[in-house]
Amino acid sequence: MLGDGILKGLAETAKNFAGSFVSKERMTTVEYPEERLPLPEASRNFPFLVYDGDDWEKGLRCVACQICEKECPPKCIYIEKSKDKKPDYVGKPQIYPAKFDIDISVCMSCQICVEVCPFEAIKMNTEFELATDDRFGGLLLDRKELARSNEYYHQIHPTEASEVDARLAEEKSKVEAKARAAAQAAAAKAAATPTTAIPSTPLPGKPAANVDARPASTAKTAEDNKNAETRATNEGEPKA
Amino acid sequence: MSSSGIKTERLAGWNRPPVIESDGEGELLEVAMGPHHPSTHGVFRMDVVLDGERVIKLKPVFGYLHRNHEQLGQSQSYLANMPYTDRLDYFCSLTNNWAYALAVEKLAGQEVPERAEYLRVILAELTRVQNHASTIGFLLQEMGASGTPLMYAFREREKILDLFESLTGSRMMCNYMRFGGCRVDASPAWLDATRKVVDGLPAFIDEFERFLMTNEILIARCQGIGVLRPDLAVNAGISGPMLRASGVNYDIRKVDHYGIYDRFKFRVPLGDHGDIYDRYMVRMLEMRESISILKQALKELPTGPVMDPKAKIRNFRPKPGEVYGRIEAPKGELGFYLISDGSPNPYRYRIRPPSFINLTVLEDMCLGSNVADVVLIFGSVDIVLGEVDR
Amino acid sequence: MKSVEEIKSAIEAAVPGATVSVVPNPAPTAQHSLLIGAERAIQIAEFLRDDGELALDFLSNVTGVDWLDKEISEKVKVTRQVPKSVDGVEQIVEETVEETRKRVELGYLEAVYHLYSVAKKHGPVVVRLRTANRTDQVELPSLTPIWRSAEFQEREIFDLFGIVFTGHPDLRRILMWDEFKDHPMRRDYVEPDDFEYEPTPHDEVLKRAQEHKAKVAAGEAIQ
Repeated sequence: MLGDGILKGLAETAKNFAGSFVSKERMTTVEYPEERLPLPEASRNFPFLVYDGDDWEKGLRCVACQICEKECPPKCIYIEKSKDKKPDYVGKPQIYPAKFDIDISVCMSCQICVEVCPFEAIKMNTEFELATDDRFGGLLLDRKELARSNEYYHQIHPTEASEVDARLAEEKSKVEAKARAAAQAAAAKAAATPTTAIPSTPLPGKPAANVDARPASTAKTAEDNKNAETRATNEGEPKA
Repeated sequence: MSSSGIKTERLAGWNRPPVIESDGEGELLEVAMGPHHPSTHGVFRMDVVLDGERVIKLKPVFGYLHRNHEQLGQSQSYLANMPYTDRLDYFCSLTNNWAYALAVEKLAGQEVPERAEYLRVILAELTRVQNHASTIGFLLQEMGASGTPLMYAFREREKILDLFESLTGSRMMCNYMRFGGCRVDASPAWLDATRKVVDGLPAFIDEFERFLMTNEILIARCQGIGVLRPDLAVNAGISGPMLRASGVNYDIRKVDHYGIYDRFKFRVPLGDHGDIYDRYMVRMLEMRESISILKQALKELPTGPVMDPKAKIRNFRPKPGEVYGRIEAPKGELGFYLISDGSPNPYRYRIRPPSFINLTVLEDMCLGSNVADVVLIFGSVDIVLGEVDR
Repeated sequence: MKSVEEIKSAIEAAVPGATVSVVPNPAPTAQHSLLIGAERAIQIAEFLRDDGELALDFLSNVTGVDWLDKEISEKVKVTRQVPKSVDGVEQIVEETVEETRKRVELGYLEAVYHLYSVAKKHGPVVVRLRTANRTDQVELPSLTPIWRSAEFQEREIFDLFGIVFTGHPDLRRILMWDEFKDHPMRRDYVEPDDFEYEPTPHDEVLKRAQEHKAKVAAGEAIQ
């Protein structure tokens, strides 16, 4: 009969229409913004900077190595290094970014900055409701707006965050173990040589000022301590 | 009558579009269809000269989406080009990624672990399914079905895009392949979700077919319209479903043996007439073949790393040389031609876009038919402006 | 499929007067190419397409490449006859001096064709055509009469590189607008100065943004 195919098609449509009142599968519309679909864990939108602890300035993981700036395809990151240093998660003094701007109108969410960061400092956020009416500068996020705590990171990407935390804790324990071993070796050496008058060997992480401030240390121990610290720092920096 | 290896006496100009004379009554009307047009799949213009309803001449005009992708590619490193390849054929970002990764891996002699190859095949076939479904949906939208088949196709497409989002992080701009494998591994939870989606796909295609295949309006509007001869198709560099609908058996997955496609059993659907209906049917059948490949790949997926440990992410400098690597993207043959001179940036970065070249014969197919058919023929070529203009 | 050398001999046998040479490709893919002269290019192309064994009926890709002029400075040992006084006597002595000579190796524009065979399912065969220089002698024969797929791609190369393909049925700009001047993909192309707002400029863009700002301050350009 002519029109058979059209009737079959109409039957399909009718089934879907009637079915949408009954089965969840056929009713696929989500009434945004009243209802929101939960985003999958891996979803990514724009980057943010992670900080440990409560103070975002002190705990910022970024050390302004500028690797993400170099690898960013549309060159939307702008970093200026600071002049002074602050201690990082293993205690070693590192420079930090005085300015860290991301222009999210240019950023294409490719995640390459996250892949190449050696310090687990920049991760992908999932916020997407970022519309603004300020055309020049409204979408230029600076350091303060980009910083989010580690707890927030755990909230949006729980598995990833736990992995990162495990890795950082492992690195930290390795650094401490190496430093302890080096310090013990230095102490053993110092006990063996007769002409020493050393006070307690310094723990790693104490800033360089301490080494200078310690009185009456022999050149040998000072050198050993310096070696211990350099060895510690070589271990402490994750592979770039 | 298949490919053109047979020597024929070719008259000079046999592969030029025919010259159609108007019947002399009335004036010729010059219309610019586009670039603001709901049916031109993006910003695309066709300058048609009409005699009444019949098309006398047709010239495609594009370049409205030209973003100088090739010049950008030459000014940044190989890795930084990977997110830009997502934005070429923005429906099928994972196949674009694979084509580029394949070309660079050939250039550098980089190996890819097995699990990564399987994941690449799985994602590429999922991309093919959702691309063909959308194409058929859009074709029917242009026929006047006001979006209902399109929304059915998009319902399935949403499921596949959700899979992409949970694996790669983004629904469309996936940026997932790297030189030497894939960026992250697929968890068992993701594989289960994929299996569920793949198991639901045959039902969707059956429903789609029931909906459309015997529809009289579809048959009347598509059969015999926009016929493309196989010898002209081969000579004009047409590739993909359009070539196979004309009866030419050329699927790059079977010809080039790239990746691990040799391990999967799948058939290549061919058409007889080369009209719009054949292209629609070839796409339907290819969706079914993709599902069979997906089932095989998901069953045989091995364990192991997804990234070659010797692969470099930063400071990647392939040795000087050049390469042309191509894959069977859903739209046709997507190739990348790279010349390296030892520096971190490519010296020449060229994309061989299937949509751009498939448009060569648009005039040939449309001459003599009505304006309404022009829209349908254009929809059956299946272009994406991001690829045409780069 | 035949190797590159065999194809070269086949072309030389079939098309008299053809200039063919092999350009080796050091990459692992070993896709060596054939550099053919422009005079017999159309006959060579017809031979490649119609030959029974090669049957390269599918032109997959046409690429344009820009090779800039190279300034080469070489150290050359020059032997000269110089008058010198040896032991108080004026004599003509031969002296070998090292000189640095600079010369300019002319760059060229190149069109690279990738050919496949649908009938025999082999390929690719890479064919190159080079212009004489980059400035005035930029014509090449168009292979569109042989393979239709070159039509749009040669138009694109004309648009972006400036190679004029003689014999092309419809040579005009395809991606840029018709009134555009210059050829954007050339290596020495300089973009016009049209910065509006550049919040995170880097490298070259930074330099040009600063120059642009200076110009705006001096009143020579509008923001």
